[in-house]
Amino acid sequence: MSDGLIIDQLKKTQILELLQDGKRVDGRQFDEPRQLTIDIGVIPKAEGSARVRLGDTEVVAGVKIQPERPFPDTGDKGMLICTAEILPIAHPTAETGPPQPDVVELARVTDRGIRESGMLDMKQLVLEKDKSVIGIFCDNAVTDHDGNLFDACSYASTAAINSCKIPKYEMQDEKPVKIEGEFTEPPITTLPVSVTMAKIGDFILVDPTIEEWSIMDARITITSNSDGNVVALQKGGSDGFTQEELIKCAELSIKVGSKIREIIKQSKLRGN
Amino acid sequence: MGGRDTNIVLLDENGIRCDGRKVNETRKVTIKAGVLKNANGSAYIEFGDNKILVGVYGPRDVHPKHMSDTDTGILRCRYHMVPFSVEERKNPAPSRREIEISKVIKEALEPAVMLKEFPRTAVDVYMEVLQADGGSRCAALTGASVALADAGIPMRDLVAGCAAGKAADAIILDVNNEEDQAGQADLPIGYMPNLKKITLLQLDGVLTLEEYKQCIEIGIDGCNQVYEIQKKALQDKFFPSGE
Repeated sequence: MSDGLIIDQLKKTQILELLQDGKRVDGRQFDEPRQLTIDIGVIPKAEGSARVRLGDTEVVAGVKIQPERPFPDTGDKGMLICTAEILPIAHPTAETGPPQPDVVELARVTDRGIRESGMLDMKQLVLEKDKSVIGIFCDNAVTDHDGNLFDACSYASTAAINSCKIPKYEMQDEKPVKIEGEFTEPPITTLPVSVTMAKIGDFILVDPTIEEWSIMDARITITSNSDGNVVALQKGGSDGFTQEELIKCAELSIKVGSKIREIIKQSKLRGN
Repeated sequence: MGGRDTNIVLLDENGIRCDGRKVNETRKVTIKAGVLKNANGSAYIEFGDNKILVGVYGPRDVHPKHMSDTDTGILRCRYHMVPFSVEERKNPAPSRREIEISKVIKEALEPAVMLKEFPRTAVDVYMEVLQADGGSRCAALTGASVALADAGIPMRDLVAGCAAGKAADAIILDVNNEEDQAGQADLPIGYMPNLKKITLLQLDGVLTLEEYKQCIEIGIDGCNQVYEIQKKALQDKFFPSGE
């Protein structure tokens, strides 16, 4: 930490001065996310996939689908698990080995956004109640890290799940058997989209780059659904938000999120 | 998850919740400061059925050494549930949930603790959940800031924790376990009452923008109530005669 301290302080002063003139280091508006490109179906062996580039941050998400034994208390619902990892190729500070708390947080926030939105109607993913259900696993691999991995993983997961194809299974002798070549559409109910904002001084910046990320005071990730409701939220960083700031952030997230949702929808149309 | 199905009546026709509370009422909160002999500061908190012990050690030398910072002290937090704290025995190793909660509590306390006064040192906050009910992260955060104050660490403010949420289509204060499981949304809040800043905020579940605003409003109200109990715990410890 202390190695970069003087540089960090200089950088912070410079970024703050620019912000006071209404400018960001890369010339964006405060409420403007970086350019987002989404390609779906990039991994044909996965039942769903998406490569997302958000500025220079890149994430590949893959969906694998297989029958699972349900948890005892949720035998009437399918299973959905999202994870995220930062590959060591993504950044010089990325490490192999057990995940650090920030990576655990990334994975859990990604999962929460998809899960709590009720993106998939899990009741439609049951093969036989209490015995066998469809398990959907969406794993995010961060391949290049230029800040705001939360949103990149959110978009990659939503785009990959939205465009996945669920293989058809039938119960034969109490066992699920795959029917080759037959697929169904995923039971999508809504498209969750997260928007992360950094607080630097009194400024709120949408989609911070790694430079802004390294000097921010606090951050907040707010996920909204297709109806413009708030479905998940995570505050982070070593400062707080006022009540007014939190309301402004939620409004910003819903506004910016609706534009990003269109890009996710378009990616599916282009892919098909 | 927009209404998990259940048989429990979360809110009856008179607006009374499953544990007998009104919608804008917190559970009973009691806090005692200075309960451990060895720790530099400590607190025991009961927040409804949550029972949590918090011990603070430091400022002290940092091990491993490379974690130390020549410019400031560092805060380290561990939120941990003992195996017998929940219905089904919990594996004692820290889960991913506990790692995440430890991180958000650390980031909720950092704005309050004046760590620059103690460069090269660490302040360790250990939160041991002996019995868990809904809202244990808010309870642990509340107890931790009392324990930090009890340790004599300079602070800008206390951080009080209380959740708001939505169950049976009503906005409720201080979500309990049943309401968390079967309700529609849970929004834990950590708040510094004097600086008027929210330092912990998470959300599970669907809220309209209007409901979100209401939840923050009512949650801050709950934190202010919890703050009075925190102050009283510290008064009882340092001014026992009630001066």
